[in-house]
Amino acid sequence: MTPDNATTPTTPSYTPHPIPWRIATVMRIVQETPRVRTIVFDVPGWPGHRAGQHVDVRLTAEDGYQTERSYSIASPPEEAQLSLTIERLEDGEVSSYLVGELRVGDTIELRGPIGGHFVWDFPDGGPLVLVGGGSGIVPLMAMLRHRALASPELRRALPARLLYSSRAWGEVIYRDELARLGANDPTLEIVHTITREPPPSWTGFRRRIDRAMLEAFTGSAAERPRLYVCGPTPLVEAVADTLVAMNYDPATIRTERFGPTGGTG
Amino acid sequence: MTSPISRGFHGRRPAPGAGRLPPGQYETHDFPVLSEGPTPHTPLDKWSFTLVGAGGKKARWNWTEFEALPHEKLTTDIHCVTKWSKFGTAWSGVSIDALLAAGAAMGVEPAPYAVAASDGGYTTNVPLADLTHGQAWIAVGYDGEPLAAEHGGPARLLVPHLYFWKSAKWIRELRLLDHDSPGFWERLGYHNYGDPWREQRYTGDE
Repeated sequence: MTPDNATTPTTPSYTPHPIPWRIATVMRIVQETPRVRTIVFDVPGWPGHRAGQHVDVRLTAEDGYQTERSYSIASPPEEAQLSLTIERLEDGEVSSYLVGELRVGDTIELRGPIGGHFVWDFPDGGPLVLVGGGSGIVPLMAMLRHRALASPELRRALPARLLYSSRAWGEVIYRDELARLGANDPTLEIVHTITREPPPSWTGFRRRIDRAMLEAFTGSAAERPRLYVCGPTPLVEAVADTLVAMNYDPATIRTERFGPTGGTG
Repeated sequence: MTSPISRGFHGRRPAPGAGRLPPGQYETHDFPVLSEGPTPHTPLDKWSFTLVGAGGKKARWNWTEFEALPHEKLTTDIHCVTKWSKFGTAWSGVSIDALLAAGAAMGVEPAPYAVAASDGGYTTNVPLADLTHGQAWIAVGYDGEPLAAEHGGPARLLVPHLYFWKSAKWIRELRLLDHDSPGFWERLGYHNYGDPWREQRYTGDE
């Protein structure tokens, strides 16, 4: 058994004051895939965040009924405006509103940033190995966008790989931006696997992430990469178990499990 | 501050049992999994549970010995800080009251604070007063089956009246302390106590 100080957080984000609810105004909406939207907010007073953190969103109906959900932040710390990328869930009380109803100029309440474990910043080091499924790409994208803003020298010191599983090519979130990031950066490798409906000409992986794929992708355990795994629970369980079996130190594997972005709603 | 209306948001009113839903929560029928790292898989023959008293005295049970302690069945609502609540979950396990009684017979002294420590290094702190008087268990069964590893099996702490991160998965040790000692999430900005009815999600929440 590991003593508890084995995972004592190295950079505690101890906040003595309450995290206030802030009014966020929708500035822009980007349709990423048929079911996924990025909403760009202006949030006066936003204190900044680290790549991988999330926010709580609160909606209020006319009769005062309120509900909350958590969503990962998609934008890098360097951007003044805050982006959330949200997948519309069947029957999702909040996601169907955010993806279906919300318009430019509308306001919602949010507070954050929240979460101090599934985060990556330059001092955390590399190599950075990211494994994502579906909308689990969102916090990983914040990390890649953050890294993309580093100097080429720093990027060379922090090589990164992304293995991203999607059901269909048309459901690959940030597809064009990922292609651009990969094309412009020899120290970034991006591999897709398309599990259900690969395009006819597809020559890449077309199965769920498995050990052979991870062995071809993650590099040596001796490099002690920083591993971040985010996606639906079955994917995260399978990938994290496999990485442990491949002798990666469990303490270097950070996970975030969800259905869709940040919650089941 | 009064919250502004979210234009066009009608929401889904919780049906019967709305009084069971703490503020900001929604009811789910799934059982989501949230953990900060890989799921440990400790074989039962390598498993043990240790109760550490304030004076350092320890009581330890292997799986067979732990199974021989009195088990209870209970049904309770659970509330995760990530906003889901699940009603009527059915558990079985050993109450902390029973554990402390068994520990006392082995010289384990109580103390006002407790820290649960788990395989994988996770920790969480709970005042002892929140673990006693039928409020907390070391759960080993869920829905009539052995507790699955992804939900914290073989054994997890169950403190259903606090946010569910306090119900440490894969628990191996309960340390009784004379001082409070914040655990993993409590040091990463989450509330030290975590009462869902007062919406104590993050440090600084009232």
